[in-house]
Amino acid sequence: MSKDDQILEEFASKEYEHGWTVDFEADSAPPGLNEDIVRFISAKKEEPEWLLEWRLKAYRNWRKMKEPKWANVHYPKPDFENIIYYSAPKAKDKPKSLDEVDPEMRKTFERLGISLTEQKRLTGVAVDAVMDSVSVGTTFKKQLGELGIIFCSFSEAVKEHPELVKKYIGSVVPSNDNFYAALNSAVFSDGSFCYIPKGVRCPVELSTYFRINAANTGQFERTLIVAEDDSYVSYLEGCTAPMRDENQLHAAVVEIYAAKNAEVKYSTVQNWYPGDKNGKGGIYNFVTKRGICAGDYAKIAWTQVETGSAVTWKYPSCILKGDYSQGEFYSVAVTNNMQQADTGTKMIHIGKNTKSRIVSKGVSGGKSQNSYRGLVEIHKRAENSRNFSQCDSLLMGDKCGAHTFPYIEIKNSSAQVEHEATTSKIGEDQIFYCQQRGIDEESAVALIVNGYCKEVLNNLPMEFAVEAQKLLALTLEGSVG
Amino acid sequence: MLSIKDLHASIEGKEILKGINLEVKPGEVHAIMGPNGSGKSTLASVLAGREDFTVDSGEITFKGNDLLELEADERAKEGVFLAFQYPIEIPGVTTTNFMKTALNKIREHKGLEPLDAVSFLSRMKEKMKLVEIDQTLLSRSLNEGFSGGEKKRNEIFQMAMLEPTLSILDETDSGLDIDALRIVANGVNKLKNEDNATIVVTHYQRLLDYIVPDFVHVLFDGKIVKTGGKELAHKLEEKGYDWIKEEAGVA
Repeated sequence: MSKDDQILEEFASKEYEHGWTVDFEADSAPPGLNEDIVRFISAKKEEPEWLLEWRLKAYRNWRKMKEPKWANVHYPKPDFENIIYYSAPKAKDKPKSLDEVDPEMRKTFERLGISLTEQKRLTGVAVDAVMDSVSVGTTFKKQLGELGIIFCSFSEAVKEHPELVKKYIGSVVPSNDNFYAALNSAVFSDGSFCYIPKGVRCPVELSTYFRINAANTGQFERTLIVAEDDSYVSYLEGCTAPMRDENQLHAAVVEIYAAKNAEVKYSTVQNWYPGDKNGKGGIYNFVTKRGICAGDYAKIAWTQVETGSAVTWKYPSCILKGDYSQGEFYSVAVTNNMQQADTGTKMIHIGKNTKSRIVSKGVSGGKSQNSYRGLVEIHKRAENSRNFSQCDSLLMGDKCGAHTFPYIEIKNSSAQVEHEATTSKIGEDQIFYCQQRGIDEESAVALIVNGYCKEVLNNLPMEFAVEAQKLLALTLEGSVG
Repeated sequence: MLSIKDLHASIEGKEILKGINLEVKPGEVHAIMGPNGSGKSTLASVLAGREDFTVDSGEITFKGNDLLELEADERAKEGVFLAFQYPIEIPGVTTTNFMKTALNKIREHKGLEPLDAVSFLSRMKEKMKLVEIDQTLLSRSLNEGFSGGEKKRNEIFQMAMLEPTLSILDETDSGLDIDALRIVANGVNKLKNEDNATIVVTHYQRLLDYIVPDFVHVLFDGKIVKTGGKELAHKLEEKGYDWIKEEAGVA
């Protein structure tokens, strides 16, 4: 152990020396982070020793790491010692059926348009709802189980399928990958786990909703999706968050593993509280999402609609390791008022004949700053790899900013890489044309923006697309003039 | 229905309309003709509520309300329709979606429920026939990559869908070949009834062979300098605008 590490270790365990203890019966941990908090979380979740060790290793790495500074975002640094890293909803026992779910909680979900009832069955969506870090209900498990599909909360997976979790956790996003991934690895509270066995096509869209509930609670979700050879799954993740005054940190990790000829579609609508007009409050959304096309002919497609959060830092990426594997990234990022977003993707071409496609649509209004940052990397042995990137920015008003940072690294001369970028302003002519047909200004803006984002929205499953359109309209309220 | 009194309007400090007076009653068709730069399109834009123009003085009442008090979308909801000289492209928004949105906004204003899918579709089908427009065109992005004729037909299709009480056709004939002109005019004529009115803004008499006006007004230098029946249009076609300019100059 180096001297620095020793000092850090001592520093970290110091509070305990001073008689600071963790109440293991409590529903939430005291604010701050040290090894005991990590142990507290792990113990709360009745985790095996190996996972605790994994967390502790991540924690120790995290202590040595620094927050990334390269993103085009500016914000007061979160006070990591003032964050509560674990809180559970107040429920004595785990609900065994939907009837046992706290009615208050269900009401909130329903207000958010999330129904845990049998209605979901009719719409063909299985829901694993996560509220304040603990899974409150899972539907469809039985039906999926018959196909050998595992879809459950992360904690449950740790208990029921430890061998799978152990094999794949950190295999795509290593626990020391970056500052926030390390933090998540140390303190993740719950999340979703999805396993599609060989040759199985998942018959329903799998969906998880995340929501921050208690004040001052950081949310550290972790999602792991494993698709075995020749399998297929479409996975949806969406979130809404209620009004908050204090900044909240959200640092999630999503890992996708696609084996030979497997296809994974991951769609998300992100609508965390963006803060008020003056930039007060709002969520810090620092997320690491990455998928690996481990086998030949594997395919991973990311579709994201980002409308929320005060600060977003997110680059869903694809490692195209298998020959003929494909990665796709479709993104709409909307910022308004004082929001800042730095988002994009990384397409890492390692295998031969790999293909990637990037379609990014940025929309900025108010005084917001919206950056696309993307990397296309063609490795030496990635013969005949192809990439197409299209990055469009739409500006509303003259106080916002749109930025594009494309990085291209090519080490194989047979690669074909195309990059197109446009920047446009929403036209007064277009708005007037809509108004002349009876469509008010705000609705006109929503209509025009939805049209502009259509290529991306078309990649979303139907019911999500409708929700996304509504969200765009909501986000852009008051963005013109 | 529409009453314009001593209307003065300007853009960026330059006066374009210098005292327009016009009365339009239900069931009437008015043609506004005039040489380039006389203020025809400005008049159309001011009626529709385009913000680039400043109304300096005068008044416009529409169905008893002060039109100048209303925003552009409120005017549209009250039944004012402008067929654009240069229809605007909106990428990613189909004509169908555009019309659905517009129609339901107008219905909402009137306190009506949104039109259900079946009724909307049958209305679309009916109006498509009127302007001989193909359904595939309506599924494409609004005006994007449309030919000149397709754009103009699409404008009249929209007019048919929204059933306005006052339609203003701004140089709808420009850029149309004779067949398209006939189709567009046909559509307008079929939409005519005793409760609505049409203002046809045009440079040429050609369109007025198909859409026969009750009144022809000649606009020159921001003022209506002559008003007559449809024969006035023929006279203009024959003699050009010079004699009007001379008359106006003398006056």
